[in-house]
Amino acid sequence: MTDQSQQLESITQREYKAGFVTDIEAESLPPGLSEDVIREISRIKGEPEFMLEWRLKAYRHWLTMDTPEWAHVHYPEIDYQQISYYSAPKKKDDGPKSLDEVDPELLRTYEKLGVPLDERARLAGVAVDAVFDSVSVASTFQDKLAEEGIIFMPISQAVKEHPELVEKYLGSVVPYKDNYYAALNSAVFSDGSFVYIPKGVRCPMELSTYFRINAANTGQFERTLIIADDDAYVSYLEGCTAPMRDENQLHAAVVELVALDRAEIKYSTVQNWYPGDENGKGGIYNFVTKRAACRGESSKVSWTQVETGSAITWKYPSVVLQGDNSIGEFYSVAVTNNMQQADTGTKMIHLGKNTSSTIISKGISAGRSQNAYRGLVRVGPNAENARNYTECDSLLMGDKCGAHTFPYIEVKNPTAKVEHEASTSKISEDQLFYCKQRGLDAEDAVSMIVNGFCKQVIRELPMEFAVEAQNLLGLSLEGSVG
Amino acid sequence: MLEIKNLHASVEGKEILRGINMTVNPGEVHAIMGPNGAGKSTLSNVLAGRDGYEVTQGEVIYKGENLLELEPEERAQRGVFLAFQYPVEIPGVSNIYLLKAALNAVRKYQGLDEVDAIDFLNLVRDRMKLVKMDEQFLHRNVNEGFSGGEKKRNEILQMAVLEPALAILDETDSGLDIDALRVVAEGVSALRAEDRSIVMITHYQRLLDHIVPDFVHVLSEGKIVKSGDKELAKELEKSGYSWVHDAPEGQTA
Ligand SMILES: Nc1ncnc2c1ncn2[C@@H]1O[C@H](COP(=O)(O)OP(=O)(O)OP(=O)(O)O)[C@@H](O)[C@H]1O
Ligand SMILES: [Mg+2]
Repeated sequence: MTDQSQQLESITQREYKAGFVTDIEAESLPPGLSEDVIREISRIKGEPEFMLEWRLKAYRHWLTMDTPEWAHVHYPEIDYQQISYYSAPKKKDDGPKSLDEVDPELLRTYEKLGVPLDERARLAGVAVDAVFDSVSVASTFQDKLAEEGIIFMPISQAVKEHPELVEKYLGSVVPYKDNYYAALNSAVFSDGSFVYIPKGVRCPMELSTYFRINAANTGQFERTLIIADDDAYVSYLEGCTAPMRDENQLHAAVVELVALDRAEIKYSTVQNWYPGDENGKGGIYNFVTKRAACRGESSKVSWTQVETGSAITWKYPSVVLQGDNSIGEFYSVAVTNNMQQADTGTKMIHLGKNTSSTIISKGISAGRSQNAYRGLVRVGPNAENARNYTECDSLLMGDKCGAHTFPYIEVKNPTAKVEHEASTSKISEDQLFYCKQRGLDAEDAVSMIVNGFCKQVIRELPMEFAVEAQNLLGLSLEGSVG
Repeated sequence: MLEIKNLHASVEGKEILRGINMTVNPGEVHAIMGPNGAGKSTLSNVLAGRDGYEVTQGEVIYKGENLLELEPEERAQRGVFLAFQYPVEIPGVSNIYLLKAALNAVRKYQGLDEVDAIDFLNLVRDRMKLVKMDEQFLHRNVNEGFSGGEKKRNEILQMAVLEPALAILDETDSGLDIDALRVVAEGVSALRAEDRSIVMITHYQRLLDHIVPDFVHVLSEGKIVKSGDKELAKELEKSGYSWVHDAPEGQTA
């Protein structure tokens, strides 16, 4: 090993800045899962009957299912009876009406995380829904958005205030039978965001949700549903962090997007869950089902994700291209360091005519981590003139990590054009030396080179978050290069 | 400025530099010539602090400090600049981004604030004129897809922006056409200054027609075998390197 890589290895152990715990009184359900627990969750949330029925159906189905084992990740079996399915900061009544009612300790927590909830302190163009463990604790700009007819609220609130929309769309993209974690989520989901953009409305600001896991031994079961009606547009961003704990914690989310005629949804994720320590102790299991339906003609959905955290990431934000001329995009950066494992990618399902999809995936592996891209491009028999372009690049830092690519292509229509490009490279000593010779220290040099590698993806992020993502990439990779 | 004393260095156990002595004073321009494989690039890499070279004997004093103890970036921040024989491509990183990061790194060491965006742009535009580079190169990725000649110009642009105290130019003239050679040479000449020393590694006399050196050294098999003034380069051009081999070791400048 050269001096340079030794030196770089010594700065591998980044500090996880979001690792603090908020000391707040919480109401939690005791660990364990049963129909009674589900009834209790539904009761606490004051849900209408249809919601409880749906949860129970999902739960009964989940009981018949097995844990998926096809992903390139390894972890001890999860004991679902050891997890608490509901934890919420204690509060007076039914959810925050205004920021004045939010516990100042919570406001401080979000401020520390760089997400001030005070509307005056916010970036003017961003509305935030803040989810703390199982509940939404604050949601900004609701009134202003309502003036445009936009609904942006915690899904638990939408279940009560807009049951007709929830009943119509919930599970319409990801049915509860879809997979093991989706079924579990459907049974016990806690909170998440609900967005409805009415016909012809361009949402005037970025909408964002900030997920925070705080309580120990709790699972977070986020459920997000976004509907863009005809000719509507919305850009939505989610961020995630959790305290440093020695135990693994489960985050099993389901996100559904529905784009109707000529609607466009841009969904960006900056995922920085606690990744565990350098020996792989602790960290979040991030098992997520994200899927969009381009239901209307000429509709468009873009997924952009920067995944730096979590002990294990298992997620494949996908697009079902039902409408003719619809477009699906997936831009991804997945960074793994130390003992992290990521198995991530996308599915592009072409059903309508003249549909097109683009997949740009950048995997960066350091330490002893494992990073896999898994992608499916399926072109159905009626999808005339479908187009797909896939580019899949891996960057290795050091020689103890792994990068894997599993592209699946199924084409049932001869007019389809599907292109796939892949590359694997290493950060070269030459590049590092060149940057250092120009005065940059090792950390800045690595960060610059990695950001260059990810540029195609980073530039898809909304401005304000691109900077955050760039910094995060640098931090996650203060890492081994060989 | 720079004092190299009995410098020995090896790569993978093989001794490449075998007792280099050289003194460079502020404002001087030194040319180093010598056959392929003589150790010219090795010398510049050792001075810049590249990994993989083991200094087995000797020392290098730069502005009163032991240069060999410093990290490459510390040397750069203190004003040691190496124009690479083979400039490196960095995909996805724009030229202007690297330039700015580099300038700010140097400024930080000097205790200055980060450069103001407008000032920076003005500075870069001004320096681009020096090497007659088009502005589009600022927004292209560092050296990616640059022609050989464009890469070399880009190195000199970086030098012009960073204003180093000691510039080591490793075959900056190789791969340049006649016009480009003149442009680059004029650029470098314009950067000659009282308080700046330049060490140029070259194979060709023609560069030295444009940038007249104060001293010329011949490096062969890891040693400086002859030193002289610009006339030495002319003789080399005529007679090749073979005649210096048997000559007694030249006086170091
Ligand atoms: N990393 C390395 N591994 C093995 N040998 C090396 C390495 N670097 C340099 N050398 C050897 O050291 C000797 C000197 O190389 P160097 O690049 O310094 O020569 P040079 O004088 O710059 O030649 P040129 O005029 O061709 O650029 C050569 O024989 C070269 O093969
Ligand atoms: Mg050389």
